[in-house]
Amino acid sequence: MAIAAEDRAAAPAPPAPPPARPATGRGQMVVLTFVRSLVPVVLALLAGAVLLLVLGRSPVRFYSDVWRYGVELNNWQNSAVLMAPLLLVAAGLVVVFRANIWNLGYDAQYLLGAVFVVGYGPWMFAHFPLPVAYAVLFVMAGLAGAIWTIVPALLRAYFGTNEIITTLMMSFIGIDVANILVKGPFQDPTVTIPQTKTIPYNDMLPNIPGTHIHVGFLVALGIVLVLHYLLTRTSFGLRLQVFGENPKAARHVGINVRRLIISSFLWSGFLIGVSAAVDILGLWSYVRANWNPSYGNTVIPFVFLARLNLLAVIPFVAFYAVLSTGGDLATQAVSLPTDFLLVIVALILLFMTIIEFLGRRRELGQSYLTKGLREALRQPLVRRRRSP
Amino acid sequence: MTAVLAAASGLFTQSFVTALLAGGVLASIPLMFTAVGEAISERSGVLNIGLEGMMLVGAYTGFLGAYEAHSMWVGFLTGALGGVVAAVLMVVLSVRMGLDQIVIGIAITLAGEGITSVLQQAQFGGAYPRLPAYPQVAIPGLDSIPILGKSLFDQPLVVYFGLGLVVAVAWMFSRTRWGLELRAAGEKPEALDAAGVSVLNTRSYATLATGALAGVGGAYLSVIAAGTFTPFMTQGQGYMAIVIAMLARGRPVWVAVASFVFGISLSLSTALQLTGINISADVINMLPFAAIMLALVIFARSAYLPPALAVPYVRGAR
Amino acid sequence: MADGALGAGMSPTDPGAPAVELVGISKRFPGVLANDDVHLAVRRGEVHCLLGENGAGKSTLISILSGMQRPDSGTILIDGEPARIRSPRDALKMGIGTVYQHSTLIPALSVLENLMLGESRRIVLDRGRARARMAEIAKMLGVEVDPDARTGDLALGRQQQVEIISALWKGSRVLVLDEPTSMLTPQGVEELEKVLVQLKQQGTAIIFITHKLHEALAVSDRITILRRGRAIGELSSEEIRSSTPEQNRATIVRLMFGDATDIGDAPELQTRIEDVEDLGARRLAIAAGGDEEPILELKSVSAPGDGLEPGIVDVSMKVRAGQILGVAGIDGNGQRALAETIAGQRRARTGSVELFGTPVNRLGVSARQKLGLRYVTDDRLGEGIVRNLSVSINLLLKRIGEQPFWRRGRIDARKVNAAALELVAEYDIRTPGIATRAGTLSGGNIQKLLLARELSLGPKVVVFNKPTYGLDLRTTENVREVIRRLTAEGAGAVLISTDLDELLELAGEIVVLSRGRLVGTVQNGRDAAERIGALMIGDADSTGAVA
Repeated sequence: MAIAAEDRAAAPAPPAPPPARPATGRGQMVVLTFVRSLVPVVLALLAGAVLLLVLGRSPVRFYSDVWRYGVELNNWQNSAVLMAPLLLVAAGLVVVFRANIWNLGYDAQYLLGAVFVVGYGPWMFAHFPLPVAYAVLFVMAGLAGAIWTIVPALLRAYFGTNEIITTLMMSFIGIDVANILVKGPFQDPTVTIPQTKTIPYNDMLPNIPGTHIHVGFLVALGIVLVLHYLLTRTSFGLRLQVFGENPKAARHVGINVRRLIISSFLWSGFLIGVSAAVDILGLWSYVRANWNPSYGNTVIPFVFLARLNLLAVIPFVAFYAVLSTGGDLATQAVSLPTDFLLVIVALILLFMTIIEFLGRRRELGQSYLTKGLREALRQPLVRRRRSP
Repeated sequence: MTAVLAAASGLFTQSFVTALLAGGVLASIPLMFTAVGEAISERSGVLNIGLEGMMLVGAYTGFLGAYEAHSMWVGFLTGALGGVVAAVLMVVLSVRMGLDQIVIGIAITLAGEGITSVLQQAQFGGAYPRLPAYPQVAIPGLDSIPILGKSLFDQPLVVYFGLGLVVAVAWMFSRTRWGLELRAAGEKPEALDAAGVSVLNTRSYATLATGALAGVGGAYLSVIAAGTFTPFMTQGQGYMAIVIAMLARGRPVWVAVASFVFGISLSLSTALQLTGINISADVINMLPFAAIMLALVIFARSAYLPPALAVPYVRGAR
Repeated sequence: MADGALGAGMSPTDPGAPAVELVGISKRFPGVLANDDVHLAVRRGEVHCLLGENGAGKSTLISILSGMQRPDSGTILIDGEPARIRSPRDALKMGIGTVYQHSTLIPALSVLENLMLGESRRIVLDRGRARARMAEIAKMLGVEVDPDARTGDLALGRQQQVEIISALWKGSRVLVLDEPTSMLTPQGVEELEKVLVQLKQQGTAIIFITHKLHEALAVSDRITILRRGRAIGELSSEEIRSSTPEQNRATIVRLMFGDATDIGDAPELQTRIEDVEDLGARRLAIAAGGDEEPILELKSVSAPGDGLEPGIVDVSMKVRAGQILGVAGIDGNGQRALAETIAGQRRARTGSVELFGTPVNRLGVSARQKLGLRYVTDDRLGEGIVRNLSVSINLLLKRIGEQPFWRRGRIDARKVNAAALELVAEYDIRTPGIATRAGTLSGGNIQKLLLARELSLGPKVVVFNKPTYGLDLRTTENVREVIRRLTAEGAGAVLISTDLDELLELAGEIVVLSRGRLVGTVQNGRDAAERIGALMIGDADSTGAVA
């Protein structure tokens, strides 16, 4: 009998990833994971430095500016404010990535949520007490995001239609719809520029006492923690994981795959919509036409670096928040467009995949992407066989 | 309501239709080049989510080339080269190293968007210099056909090249060993490997070709259509090209047809201005994507993807 | 390209250097020594059989010969000269053509296109010339194939012929056939044997890999036996011819398995090598079903195929408590569809599936599970387990969310572990721990895991799809014992298997599936094997195309 005696009294077997490989020790695994998560970031920053040199800018000045404008004095609070929507968008992505589904429509889901919040916000605040208004607006934004995932969700669940394309297309459509709403029914009649009404300052989310970080940050953090628990300790999370790892097995063991696909899409859209509510009610208070902060694009690599583990996502998001906040001003200081940060994010993605390749070769541990996500594209654009 | 009806009846004037068709042809060219290129890759099993980035890089390098050399043709050449450079990333990381095609594609798009924006500013410091308009070439005789003549047969030279390309690629697919090898790489790469042909090389060449064609498509946007380069100017046309390639089942002729249809929806706003109808730009922008979604919902069943699409090939893997 | 279909002419009885020789080939994979210092020599015009159990190292040897893998040590000699085979391309250049068990043809392409693949030096394809060449080779082999047929639509036997044509087309002088008869009808096997005769006359050296003893004895000129990675014995044609079949069998059994006393289960070994006559006594002892109400019944059920395999058409069958109903048939004739339709993974188009008299067509997998239905799938890694999850979770995969393991959605890890430990002990699943990733277990242990999962908690009707496929001897016996015990305790079982001996050993009544239809029912007994075989042949028409 090959079962060791100590296993009988073992601690609860964790169903969550990543499980330990028998060959390496637990502590060694942790260190390796740590290293492999940081190395791509470091390499990307170095490559960014090289790029700056090529462009004739000083990397030292740039990165020290990033630190200065992102962290020093009270700037870290600005970074924290940015973390709020980022965390929720990341949460929305994690839910769906764990199920091996690509929801790339986050831009529209965010914008539609935002637009509805400013559209109905003033009226809600005028007629209802603050807490009620907040609750309703949060839900409304979430619903807007969720509804925008319905078509891709149904296409994927019933026909196996590839969701990368459908969510992308819906995103482009949704951004235009948001613009139409901003310039149309939600337009602020008192100004000439295309912009919605502004939510009065007193109705915005209150700040955490002693800081100028709005409580939306805590809300986001709370949601992320709760979601982490749901994803790792409940039957819902396990079903998601089983489906993500092996859709055939999910069907085999009786998981209702269609319902799972649709619900993970809806939850993802909902969370992203809520991220907009938090952001608008906490920071912006209005929406301009043709505005798109595009959080999703830039948060994706960090979601993968964190191996779809929401606890690990938090420090990564913090890093990016600092980079973005500081980088906003740092790029201006060296007269570069802020799009330069996109290059750094792209470099992180690239190095991440390269490290994964090297890591895979030396069998250092689990890869960044779940196998299921990589195989997500193995599905045809539509069902060729019966299975979604 | 009556206003709409009145507008509609006045809509289909000769000038409107001509403008629509002519504009549609023009707008379909970047899509067509890029989508034909993507069809080549997809046939071999490579999905280029980074197509948008490749187009953008081609748009920028194409503009640079045309600007510095004062020649449209140089612009197309440099555009193609730019697209190839972007595609090299895909070839090295995804095709040869087997890393995830989606992630690399997203990275290429982000990098393309970021770098072209940075370089544009670095090069021109906030200005957006324009290129002169390039002459159209009319086919004598054919261009006197009412409506169709002006719109189809009086176009910049590159349009005719585009149509020639479609024919050439279609011929390549069905009559050459390259076409057969591409298909094998996408259907069942193990079989191609067993037949002694390198799957990785086949896919690599296909991807580089796609990069070149996407670069030309992007260059067309900056050199001919807009006459200048603005960051993010492709506005999703790279993704549209991917969908076109999928819907057309990778057949070049259908790619051309689909590109034309979507080109028309792209050119709708300019044509509508002629008739004095005022529909918001956002609605117009939305139309091509809405059309694609509609097509996906209706025709989704018949879209065909090669079985080995987006699956990296590793010899002997289980 | 070589001139003529087979390359430079060679005398079939040239006593010179062997066409291909393997000297000291070794290959190691993580955890297993697949080939251990193997020596093998094959002469031209000779059919040389590689005989061995599953896992003996045959596949690895072939992949080395065909260029898919490189050996860790040893050399390959072609016509006496050392050859470096670094890729399939090299192997082809050296004249080694391989026909694998699973087709390497591209289903969507036509036969002609498949043959042209990788063959033209020129850019433009010359179909006319290719057609002529194909006709020439086909004529030589004595087969008939339509060059424009879509390869995926051809019967497996015909596809195999195309692969042989392809190998010859590329100038192969050595042909390696990997388990060529595993997917063939008896008629297909006959056609293959005729083709082999033609090939021998042309001077081709043929390496024929199989685990079936009677096949090896029937076609080979020489036999090499592989066991656990080593080539442990050889029978030359003289030896084969000079001994009786029983003596040959005994020699080979001894070589393949060691002395019967070492392993201790001689009758099971004979079963394993398909010595059918000895089973008579055992079969007659199997209880036949009674007249009680069926616990599982299919009434004219049809279900769609899935693109790769056919569905089922108008299938009716009954299973009673305590009965094992066998389902025989060549692989790929609708077995998967049948299993999935009963289990609820596939929806029946017409007809009615009934459990304990209640129609369950509309019920999904988990609802049917609650009624006592279980399904042990043949796709162990593909859908049976989730590789990256622990053994304990995999054991409870069909009970996600159920009490007492989950309370109000939250997992109770202690109960999960306790139950897992119990099951691991009961089914003797060899694993370092219950938190180990299930994907690291060996095939046999994964199968035990699946059994443990499906058979725990009161199963009433169990569908087994190829439950002992690819397993070693001991595990196979364990599994069969489990099935017997199960039904002895009152459950009913549907045993779908491509192993005729397994069916004859366990089932009282056997139905035969051919192209999705049940073509007959055979009671276990005297000449059951022959009757089943006759039903399995079906009616493929002369060009081999499946209707």
